Amino acid sequence: MVGLATTLGSGAMTNSIADLKEADVLLVTGSNTTETHPVIGMLLRNRARFNGSKIIVVDPRKIDLVEEANLWLQPKPGDDIAWLNGLAHIIIKENLYNKPFIDQHTEGFEAVKEKVSRYTPEFVEKITGIPKDQLIRAARMYGSAKNAAILYCMGITQHSKGTDGVKAISNLALLCGQLGKPGSGVNPLRGQNNVQGACDMGCLPTVYPGYQGVGLKELRDKFESHWGVSLSEKPGLTVVEMSQAAYEGKIKAIYIMGENPMVTDPDLSHLKKAYAKLELLVVQDIFLTESAQVAHVVLPSLSFLEKDGAFVNTERRVQRVRKALNGPEGAKADWEIICDLSSRFGYSMNYGNPEEIFEEIRKVTPQYAGITYARLESGGIQWPCPDASHPGTPVLHKGRIVRGKGLFVPVDYIPPPEVPDRDYPFILSTGRDYYHYHAGSMTRKVRLLNEMCPESLVEINPSDAEKLGINEGGRVRVVGRRGDFVSKVKITDKVSSGVVFAKFHFAEAPVNLLTNTVLDPESKITDLKVSAVRIEKC
Amino acid sequence: MRMTINGRAIETEEGVTILQVAQQNGLRIPMLCHMESLIPTGSCRMCVVEVQGLENPVTACNTQALDGMVIETDTPKIRELRKEVLQFFLVKHPLDCPVCDKGGECDLQDYVYEYGIQKAEYQVEALAKEYKTYSTPAIKYHPNRCILCSRCIRTCREIVGREVLDLKETGFDTRVEAVRPERCISCGECLAACPVGALTENISSIKGRVWQTKRVSTVCGYCGVGCNLEANVVGNRMIKVTTKEGLGTNNGVLCVKGRFGYEFVNSPERLRTPLIRDNGKLREASWDEAMTYVSTKLREIKEKNGPDSIAGLASARVTCEENYLFQKFIRAAIGTNNIDHCARL
Repeated sequence: MVGLATTLGSGAMTNSIADLKEADVLLVTGSNTTETHPVIGMLLRNRARFNGSKIIVVDPRKIDLVEEANLWLQPKPGDDIAWLNGLAHIIIKENLYNKPFIDQHTEGFEAVKEKVSRYTPEFVEKITGIPKDQLIRAARMYGSAKNAAILYCMGITQHSKGTDGVKAISNLALLCGQLGKPGSGVNPLRGQNNVQGACDMGCLPTVYPGYQGVGLKELRDKFESHWGVSLSEKPGLTVVEMSQAAYEGKIKAIYIMGENPMVTDPDLSHLKKAYAKLELLVVQDIFLTESAQVAHVVLPSLSFLEKDGAFVNTERRVQRVRKALNGPEGAKADWEIICDLSSRFGYSMNYGNPEEIFEEIRKVTPQYAGITYARLESGGIQWPCPDASHPGTPVLHKGRIVRGKGLFVPVDYIPPPEVPDRDYPFILSTGRDYYHYHAGSMTRKVRLLNEMCPESLVEINPSDAEKLGINEGGRVRVVGRRGDFVSKVKITDKVSSGVVFAKFHFAEAPVNLLTNTVLDPESKITDLKVSAVRIEKC
Repeated sequence: MRMTINGRAIETEEGVTILQVAQQNGLRIPMLCHMESLIPTGSCRMCVVEVQGLENPVTACNTQALDGMVIETDTPKIRELRKEVLQFFLVKHPLDCPVCDKGGECDLQDYVYEYGIQKAEYQVEALAKEYKTYSTPAIKYHPNRCILCSRCIRTCREIVGREVLDLKETGFDTRVEAVRPERCISCGECLAACPVGALTENISSIKGRVWQTKRVSTVCGYCGVGCNLEANVVGNRMIKVTTKEGLGTNNGVLCVKGRFGYEFVNSPERLRTPLIRDNGKLREASWDEAMTYVSTKLREIKEKNGPDSIAGLASARVTCEENYLFQKFIRAAIGTNNIDHCARL
């Protein structure tokens, strides 16, 4: 998000799901779309099969979408900037770039041209293992497409250099003028139902709702007058920084609403120690999650089926969530709990229903100003929607890049912080399964989904399995620098030799005991996709 | 181009089927094998219409509309033909509507009723086909009820792209079979496509007829696609999830989690009361006690260590309204910007 905010002026998906249909070429990278965003995955398959759209998959794993792809490039995890710069190199060298667009809508082109000049196909092949003729084919396919869209997900961003990866992607789209029209753009697929909404609402340490910076006096004044208190100008801490600060004794209390860091966060044993030092850990959730089990106070809340409100999907579409059921007696909606707590704490909050809260959101969030519950009755609206007669914005950057000029930012390939060595010869990468979701708090309580995917399976290449003498279904201990876990094995050529892959839904096989907490300096995202490990038979 | 349907002059653009023109003009033509998002096959023949100048009726779903066509969609002759079509479906389709999950929202049942068929003229004792397991435990397969419209097969191929299903055998023995069960992803698109009760959901033990069920239109709570779905509720129990063509970005499509992943909501493990840790163990507490505890403790910590010693984690799982209030609480009430959520995880 930080990457795109820097280069384009808005961190969200530039285009809409439906307008992917207009794309002649779809470059999909770091997104196992058919498993993590299945309905978009189906759309991609359909376009490839029945409408002649070309798909380029760039992924260390042989994901299912590869079977629909015209081209599959297989870099090692963590090598994204190398091949992205390589594509830019070829596109410039072969004059496939969009000069009028660059002249009119961008700045900084020369710096990137200079930077990528050393990323020759040969150089990129040496780093990533992608054969140079494949890279050239991919560059020509993307570079000569009428409409080309890039889709990416955590495979790009969850690295200590993730922000640079995003900038490299943005460079590519700017280079070819693939912005501001249907079937194009830079499209980060958001992983969770309302992650876009949580960001929009200012649940980030540096911005108020609507991405209005806490450091800007004018904006702080605005919120101070709306909320009737004085506000801190000091940027806050991110998730991983919070647990570090807790470990150091600087943070004394953490209040968690509807998350389960004890499964999803990196370096879990460190996190557990950090939480143990807290004077107060409050967890508000629908189940006694792994995080709730270590809390001082647990507050029972309601699920999305039991309350009204709005979610925002990956394409910035604000949609109404409606109450279908009464929740368990004794549980309360999160908003009711917060109102009660805040009022007891001394800052009164009185709202009769979620719509009243939404009306306040509209007042302080310019992108939401034109959205009302009444309008949402006839379908979702994509922000920005500045006034009540505005239809919403399916395609960002139309006619003009939000930032004014799209900014080319030169970025360099730097090897990931953890590279395999003699003691830890494998790269462990992590991700999701089709049948489960995130911490598994919900899906692991669904009989069918557990039946379909009952337990953790670590994927390992057949040649590595043979070397280690491991059989299909056998158990291994995956040992990293920060911890280890035991899991069954699945032998598959989905992963290349030297790489193992595990899914993080399983509290009993906690992959995140191993993952590292090295942060991207800008986005503060951690490198969940590359950890060095060894595999022991057990 | 201009054409006439049921005596009405209609203007339309080129390149559409007779069915599309009719639908655009609010005229209903019955159909069983066709769905808007599938390539039309014209196999069920329920959508037959008469076109002036043509000797035989044509199927509206896959016949191109042409300039000057004069079309009748509901003549006595056409109604007779459709009755015959329905009679042929009833040769094998058991009349077990009272025990069928689909009763009340079955296209075949509705057409049989609409066309006034009193009796299945040619019904043979249905071959007691062996119950065949399907490609997913989420769905029950009742081969006897299948009318071979192939909507399930085509949906799996054209929408989902998995090609799990195909027709096997020929003639009277023709049946749908999961020929590539290993490719099934249990998305249930075949179930949603089935116009009769040949495929039924095998998840909820509680059932409800359509008129007993409350259908609430909402958004899926899993990934970021934001599929629109309908929560089907009987009493206060979720019994299934449905959706329909034209609804939301997903346009009637769902995945396994969206369609079948709702069971957690009825789970006996749901939290029902606040808990407070006492001597190392969590014990039940009243809301008043828990809220007093939290607010007092937060105030103490704030007074002793300053607002920046407190942090909040919001959630990508709760609503915008709740996230807004939460960050407002952390910023305005506590007085710190230590607010984040798991966007990066």
